[in-house]
Amino acid sequence: MTTRGFTGRRQPPEITDRIPPGQTLTDDFPVLSAGPTPRVRTEDWSFTLKDGPKPLIKWSWAEFNALPQTKFTRDIHCVTAWSKLDTPWQGVLIDDIFAEAGIEPPTEFALAHSFDGYATNVPVKDLVGGKAMIATFYNGQPLTADHGGPARLLVPHLYFWKSAKWINGLQFTTRDEPGFWELRGYHVYGDPWREQRYTGD
Amino acid sequence: MSDPIPAIKAEWQRATITEIVRQTPRVVSFFLQPSHPFAYRPGQHVDVRLSAPDGYQAQRSYSIASTPEQGEIIELAIERLEDGEVSAFFHEVATIGDEIELRGPIGGHFIWTVEDGAPILLIGGGSGVAPLISMVRHRAAQQSLAPILLLYSARTADELIFHDELQMFNQSGNGFDLVLTLTREPSSQESDYTRRIDPAMIMDVLARMPSQPKEVFVCGSNAFVNAAADALIGADIPAAIIRTERYGV
Repeated sequence: MTTRGFTGRRQPPEITDRIPPGQTLTDDFPVLSAGPTPRVRTEDWSFTLKDGPKPLIKWSWAEFNALPQTKFTRDIHCVTAWSKLDTPWQGVLIDDIFAEAGIEPPTEFALAHSFDGYATNVPVKDLVGGKAMIATFYNGQPLTADHGGPARLLVPHLYFWKSAKWINGLQFTTRDEPGFWELRGYHVYGDPWREQRYTGD
Repeated sequence: MSDPIPAIKAEWQRATITEIVRQTPRVVSFFLQPSHPFAYRPGQHVDVRLSAPDGYQAQRSYSIASTPEQGEIIELAIERLEDGEVSAFFHEVATIGDEIELRGPIGGHFIWTVEDGAPILLIGGGSGVAPLISMVRHRAAQQSLAPILLLYSARTADELIFHDELQMFNQSGNGFDLVLTLTREPSSQESDYTRRIDPAMIMDVLARMPSQPKEVFVCGSNAFVNAAADALIGADIPAAIIRTERYGV
């Protein structure tokens, strides 16, 4: 249906093919989260890889920052309908984390866990092949707490709730286990280009 | 707390504007009759979609300010944002009888019903009061005596949304306590404080409650939510009982 009297704003033509359906471009960087912003000190920070309940390897902040660093610039898309283009990140690719741990992913699924108890599920195939990182820098600066610092998952090709803030580990799971928002009506996969916002989409 | 909502299978549907009520200089309430009415819980929101003749669409999320006991019609309190696209349509174009599209209810976390227990502390900044008034109205409609304290911050007395209704609930003396703060008025007869939310104010408010809150709901801008949530944590309120909703952009 057409809304009477609504003309709306157009995106510049050169970027329209970068904006998924239902999204609006923003120049800001909105902050959304389900609870208070945790203030995680780097001396208290660690990152653990687990296979089910079994820890495989754990890095301290200093150890983690000694892993190979990668920069990448990506478009990001939030389920609340904003998109932001060309966001510059730096961190450690999930590929490099797995290589450093000396493991082949034992299952096809993973849960990202955060310091505040948040969790979100991402298939392993969406984490590897240069598609995802643990980001510690945004726009050349250490990642702020509001945006998930000291470190967050970055899976930019999925809706941004998948890019768990304040991450403290990745856990391989035998099944695709829904996380926090996925248990509360949000889509289990979350592809912005297929507009998979909610369970029924 | 409320059980997680298993699924959102909310299809886009038409809804008709049945009533428009100006609340403040910047906020207008739009009452919408969905073509397919739905059950919802206090604190949930809807997605609204507008479509231009060439197919261009814009969508936004708005908290539901009404309570399910009021019937099928939902109330959205929409703030006119500077440079707003969707809010500009509502404030400058929309009239009674117009149809828009919406889907809902959305959201399975920022929810409170009387069954979830009390006392409850609600903290709202500006138009962030919208999902909170739904909870307050729900409590009244249920004739619940559950202790609820609403700490509501606005810039000026003129910008207090639902002011008369909140004062009425406050005067009923049945367990609802309203604390107002105005951030851009040097002094005020109408408010308890004239400053931004800070740790001392949060300590005062917690001391007014019959016991430590079972849950705290904070809604407003990111800066507002951070100030309130940090002060709560400073007052030894566990992070796990603080639920936040941040109005983006």
